[in-house]
Order: sequence, then C-alpha cells, then structure tokens
Amino acid sequence: MPKHILEMRKITKVFPGVKALSDVELEVIEGEIHGICGENGAGKSTLMKVLSGVYPYGTYEGDIVYDGEVQKFHSIPDSESKGIVIIHQELALIPYLSVAENIFLGNERRGAGGMIDWNLTNHEAAKLLTMVGLDENPTTPVNQLGVGKQQLIEIAKALSKDVRLLILDEPTSALNDDDSEHLLQLLRNLKTEQGITSIMISHKLNEIQEICDRTTIIRDGHTIETIDVAGQAGIQDRIIRGMVGRDLTNRYPSREHVIGEELFRVEDWSVYHPTQPGRIVVDNASFNVRKGEVVGIAGVMGAGRTELAMSLFGRSYGRDITGRMYMHGEEVNVTDVSSAIKHGLAYATEDRKRYGLNLIEDVRRNISAAALFKLAKRGWVDGNKEIKVAEEYRASMNIKTPTVMQTVGNLSGGNQQKVVLSKWIYSDADVLILDEPTRGIDVGAKYEIYTIINRLVAAGKAVIIISSELPELLGTCDRIYTLAFGVVTGEVPVAEATQEKLMTLMTQEKATKDKEVRA
Amino acid sequence: MTGTANIRELLTRNLRTSGIYIAFLAIVVLFAILTEGTSLSPANVTNLVLQYSYILILAIGMVMVIIAGHIDLSVGSVVAVTGAVSAVLVIKNDMPWWVGVLAALACGIVIGAWQGFWVAFVGIPAFITTLAGMLMFRGLTLLVLNNVSLSPFPEPYRNIAAGFQNGLLGGNGYDVFTLVIFGIGVVGYAFSAWRTRVSRIAYEQSVEAFPLFIAKLVAIAAVVMWFGWQLANARGLPNVLILLAVLVIAYSLVTTRTVFGRHVYAIGGNLSAAMLSGVKVRWINFGVMLNMGILASVAGIVFSARSNAAQPAAGNMFELDAIAACFIGGAAVTGGVGRVTGAIVGGLIMAVMSNGMQLMGVPQSVQAVVKGLVLLLAVAFDVYNKRRAGAR
Repeated sequence: MPKHILEMRKITKVFPGVKALSDVELEVIEGEIHGICGENGAGKSTLMKVLSGVYPYGTYEGDIVYDGEVQKFHSIPDSESKGIVIIHQELALIPYLSVAENIFLGNERRGAGGMIDWNLTNHEAAKLLTMVGLDENPTTPVNQLGVGKQQLIEIAKALSKDVRLLILDEPTSALNDDDSEHLLQLLRNLKTEQGITSIMISHKLNEIQEICDRTTIIRDGHTIETIDVAGQAGIQDRIIRGMVGRDLTNRYPSREHVIGEELFRVEDWSVYHPTQPGRIVVDNASFNVRKGEVVGIAGVMGAGRTELAMSLFGRSYGRDITGRMYMHGEEVNVTDVSSAIKHGLAYATEDRKRYGLNLIEDVRRNISAAALFKLAKRGWVDGNKEIKVAEEYRASMNIKTPTVMQTVGNLSGGNQQKVVLSKWIYSDADVLILDEPTRGIDVGAKYEIYTIINRLVAAGKAVIIISSELPELLGTCDRIYTLAFGVVTGEVPVAEATQEKLMTLMTQEKATKDKEVRA
Repeated sequence: MTGTANIRELLTRNLRTSGIYIAFLAIVVLFAILTEGTSLSPANVTNLVLQYSYILILAIGMVMVIIAGHIDLSVGSVVAVTGAVSAVLVIKNDMPWWVGVLAALACGIVIGAWQGFWVAFVGIPAFITTLAGMLMFRGLTLLVLNNVSLSPFPEPYRNIAAGFQNGLLGGNGYDVFTLVIFGIGVVGYAFSAWRTRVSRIAYEQSVEAFPLFIAKLVAIAAVVMWFGWQLANARGLPNVLILLAVLVIAYSLVTTRTVFGRHVYAIGGNLSAAMLSGVKVRWINFGVMLNMGILASVAGIVFSARSNAAQPAAGNMFELDAIAACFIGGAAVTGGVGRVTGAIVGGLIMAVMSNGMQLMGVPQSVQAVVKGLVLLLAVAFDVYNKRRAGAR
C-alpha cells in the first residue's frame, strides 16, 4: 500500500446559493504527479483553494489529512509552512521587481539587523534558477522575461519555500509548446530527483497523459473517479467521458465546405514594434480569406500572430504600419477600431479578461458594446431592444447565465467567450478574427465554440482562427497559414497539412525564406 | 430568470445601491432627534438646498469623471475663476447680469476643453492635469480679481441662487405652485417606474414583488411630498432647486441612456476592452472633462450669486467635497461604477451632516473629523461589500 501524502475526505464547500463541492475525495500518493481534470466550473480550483488555506478551516466541511494528520489551515502561510505551495493560473509575480526579489518575496533573506542580505538573496536565487533550468541573472526585472520563464520563476519561488506538495493550476495554458515541454520535464525531474509530489490541474489531456501517474476527474463538484494514467491506452477518451458525462465521438463538429468569392485580402502588411525602433514584428505578410471559409494562422507565441491581427484591426498595435487591405475586393483604409468595425471586421482577443470584456458590467451591455450604434437613435440607446438582443444571443449561443443582467465576471470561461463572440456577431462583422478562441475553456464549451464557428461560415461569413493548438486548426480550418518570426512562411490546404509539416514551417528561420524568395 | 424577486434577494443584491438611501434616512432622523426637530424646519430645509447646491452640481460632473476612471482636483479653483470673470464684467464694468453668466459658462467651456486636451489627447493623468489646473486657476482668480473681493451683484444675478418661485398660484401660508410642481414630479416618477416595470416584465426580467413595488413608490412619494411641503411653508420653490432637478434628470438620462454615457462606463470598466470595441476613448475622455468644466462654471455662477460676491478664496476645498460625495454615493475608486443619483445622495449626506452639526454648534474642527470618518466608513462599507460579493 503506497503512502498517501494527502487525503481530502468528504470535502463540501457551499457558497451562497451554490454547492461548489460536495463530498469530494482526493488521495495523492507521495512522490507522484497527480492530475485533476474537469470542465470549467467543476470545482477544481475551489478544491485547491480549500487545500491551500485560501478558504480557511471552518468554511468547508470534511477533513484534510496531510502527512497522516488532520490539518486546519487558516491561511496560505499555514499551508506553506507545511510545504504545500500553490501556483495560480494567473501569475502572481511583481513585474518591476527583480527575479531574486520575486523569489524571496514575503520570505526575505535577512542579514544583520533585519536588513535584506542582497548577496545571500541573489546567490540563493541563482542556485534556485539553476534547479529550474533557467539561465538568467537574478537581478533582471521579471517583466523582461517571457511568460514561460515567469512560470519557471514561480516554481523556483515554490522551491525556496521547501515545497513538498506543489499544486499547479493550468501551468501551461499560456505557454507555447517548447516552454510547456520544458516545464513538464522540470516537474518530472523534481519528482525523481527531489521526491516532490505535484498536483496539476490541466485542460490539456495530452499533457495529463504524458506526465501524470494518476488523475482524478471532477464533475459538477463531485469526484467521478481516480484512474491510473501511466501507460494506459485510450485514456484521453475515458477522461473526456468522465469530465463531460457523455461520449464526445468527435471533438470537432463536421460542416459542409461551401466556399465563395474572396472577402478579405491583406497585401504586404508590415508592422514595427511600438516602443523598440527598427524592430519589425510583422514582415510583408499577405493572405486572404473567402466567403464561407475558415482560415487558420499557426505560429508559436511571439511569432507576431496577435500583433498582425491587432494591427489589422484598426491599427490597435504597432507603428509605421504599411500594406494594403481589401474588403469585398475594394481597398479600404482602416485608421481606427470603429472604422474597422464599420468595414465589417471583428477581432476577438486571446485575453478576454483583459482586452475582451468589461468584467464588472452585465452580459447585456457586453454584448452590445461594439455595436451600440445599432441600438441608438441620435445618441439615445434603446434599452428594451438591448435586452431583447441580449436574450436572443443568450438563447442562440447557449450562454449559461441566470439572467442577462448577470455580471460577466461571474460567468465561467466558456460562457464569457460566448459573450465575446456574441458581441462580435452582433456587430455584423463579415470577417471575424478569433485569437485563441478556446483558450482556457473546457472540452464541452470548446465543441460549442466550434459549432458557432461553423454556423458563422455557413451564413457566409469568413473566419480567421489564430491558435497555438495545431489539432484545433487541423480540425476546424480549410486552409492554414504559418507565421514564423513575423513572416508568413507557408500556406497549406488542410487536406495536405499535418502537425509535423506545420511545425516545420512555423519554426522556419527568416533567412531560409529570403533565400527561397530569391531562388 | 422570470417572476418576481423576493425581499431578501432584493436587499442583498441591491444593498450596494440601496444601502446609501437607508444611510441617508438614518442620518436625517439622527440629526432631527439631535437638533430636536430644528433640522427639519421649513426654513432649514430651504437653507440646506441653497447652501449645498453648488457641491451637488459639482458632484454630478465629478461622478462622470470618476466613472471614466479619472479625478478632477481643479473644480474648486474653476468655481472661483468663473465667478471672478463674471464679477469683473457685471460689477466692475456694469454689464448686464446675463453677460456675466454667459462669460462664466464660456470660461468653463474653455477650461474644460483645456484640461480635456491634456488628459485625452496628450495622455497626462487627470490627477496631474487637474492638480496643475487647481494651482493655475486659483492663480488666475487672484489675477482677475486683483486680489480683492468684488461685490455686490445686481438683483437678477443674485436671484439665480437666492431667488424663489413663490405665489404664482397663491395659497394660504403655503405656496401652491411648489406643491403642484412636486406633485407633477412624483406622478412623473411613479409613471416612469411603472413603465420600466411593465417593460421589464414584457422582456421576462425579474422585478420586485408588486406590494414591495407599491410600498417603495409610496415611501418615495411621501418623502418627496413632505420635502415639498416644507419648502412651500417657507419661501417657496428655490430657483436653484429647479436648476438642480433639471441637471439631475438630464445627467441621469445621459449616463444611463445615451451612447456617450455608456461609453463612459465602458472606459472606466475596462479601458482596453472599450478601445477594442470601437469606443473613441479620447473623445469620450475629452467630453467628460469638458462637461466637468461646464458644470464647474455653473457651480461658480451659483456660488457667486449666493455669496453675492467673487472672492479670491472662493471654492476652496469644493473639489474634496464633490469627490467625497461621489464615493459616499457608491462610485468605485477604480472607475466603471457610480450613479448620478448616488452622488447626489452622497452629497446630501454630507450636507445634512454639516448642516446638522452647525445647528448643534459643533466646532468646525470636530465637523471636519466627523466628515472624514464618514467618507472613510462609506468606502470601507463599499469595499467590504465587494469582497463579500467576490468571495467565490
């Protein structure tokens, strides 16, 4: 019988009006990597917050047995003192402080007289950085590092607290494939070399399969089952079945491909970095999309995908933008976002919380936000019509909310994304650029989003999907452009595309491309 | 969700917006008891309206500035400089009273456009722009007035703030006209509340239970009619109250029903999202600051008319009273949240407190401490509520 480092017994957590967890059981064996899967809103994060003391002892029912003892954590420091460290989905680093300062924040290395011993701090930070495989100067400000490295610094921070049980909440959701692979390898090393137990919440089932020993599936606040993952075939389908409570035979809904004339064309589009003079971010990009077509833009993070989209959408990014844009075959001059919207362009951002939604406003007003002009006569908004519109979208997009007056911040990720899409569909866009449309949302909601995309193209719209998940692009697109270092390196019809082929094009250096052009 | 919301749900859901009204009533009752009824006497109620009207006018503009995520520290100085410009024309140069009014308004437009330019198009934070404005416009006031007070204003100018509509329909010791106006107001309010309710039901939105709806209407009508009765028993309907009512109604509509108003909320709620939704953020910010300048000049006219003079130190600290009124009235420091009616009630809370303490003979020093504490507690209550709501 392997030793359980952690047993959570019959955990029940009730919020006013909602039972978030009911009799959840979780057993974690010492030295394993334990996955937790579940749809958004299933209660995964709540469970981890109970474990780490964010919800203090007494606000939940049930027992947390850690190291063979019942624990009563009243705060995060309580659980950290026992070696339980949680790394949240949203990084909690302070951008202007150095790597070392962030690592020892709240846990400062002090010398004589209580003053901070900077030599000791930086020295120990450097050691921790080596442990997580980062070759950075500890005095570098954190905001100069990419998201992938920041995630590693979070882990270094956890290591500085003598962590024994590391909890990661969707650690790779914002990382590209390379950084994800690095992170997963690090978790493996921590397990084998230092015996650190990890709990990993993830929506990426291939990661779960790759790295976890066992995984627990949670649905609607109940434990469904805990299964062995390592070396099991067909495990992903079983996990999906457990998560959604039904079989998803096809993760991508099928559609008829009826492709019409060209709707949108971009020629020789170049964009320079807004603050670093001379740095070109998008280099002579040309592409087009036709009526009824879904076109993918594949590229790793930092390839300039979002920058390309945002610069097209009313010059919302970059400077010294050059190039031509055609709508319905006619050249258009789009100088700001409102003219982009009037020309029938829409851009649903990859970061819906920061750029897509007004989280403190309700569903109704978020849906109408980009097209208030449709509801207004001489500057006065027709509030009744607005409610009617919102109700229509609630029904047609299947937005799960008690009323359209609900604050958007209270909805789950998938439903928030449906609000974003409703907003842009209501703006009567002909061409919709969807940047990572399924990031951070669960399998069931992803399927719904794909269905919505199919409905859009069936209605004669054109959709451009930017995604770092290649299977998603292969499953939804008609054609895929690859973007590498700001350059469009290839255009592949989906029938000829494979993940390997796309990946090769996505990592192609600019020099080779130049040579090809000359040759 | 269709059907009717029960009282408990209504209370918890609306505590943040209705808490302020309950607090207001509690403070009114408290001071009525402490002053043995003096604070509710007809003369004092009238005085209250006259004495704090300019703060309320400033609060209307300020709440929009705050909703958009800015702040305006210059309004006190703008009140002074617009009053000074008007006084120089009317008193020193013997121009008609309306020239003074128009000049003050024009001055407010120029100042609003100036500050709006720096905030919206150059991108200087409003805190800095208006801090600079606070110094500059105070300096300009001294310059325009040559460092001395100017008075008195002619009768028609004074009447803007100190005049009354009285005896238009006669009455026996009370002014019928005042009561009729208040009656129309109450009926109008009841009608619009009824229409809102009917249309919400038609769109299958949740509404409060019918008896509760009626009880609320009756309570509001009773309070408002009592207020009208007190005014009618004193000197009639103050001109400045008419001005205030028009401004409150107009700006409530602007903030809730117009594209402009909705864009102000959108900018304050999430600037980036607003920008990417096609909101012309710069022009909206410009409009908000411009509007603040205009309302500050209106307050400047009212204040100079009421004090019957333009003084170098006029409007000192008004900005802080106006800002406090907004935050007591439920506006959020981070922007995106707030209501014109909330700011007005917040301002009235401050007014009733200051007035009540003055009646009781509380020293200025203690008054300042109490007002400061109330501001702190009001915002603390707001923060506490938000944390409770966001606990999930």
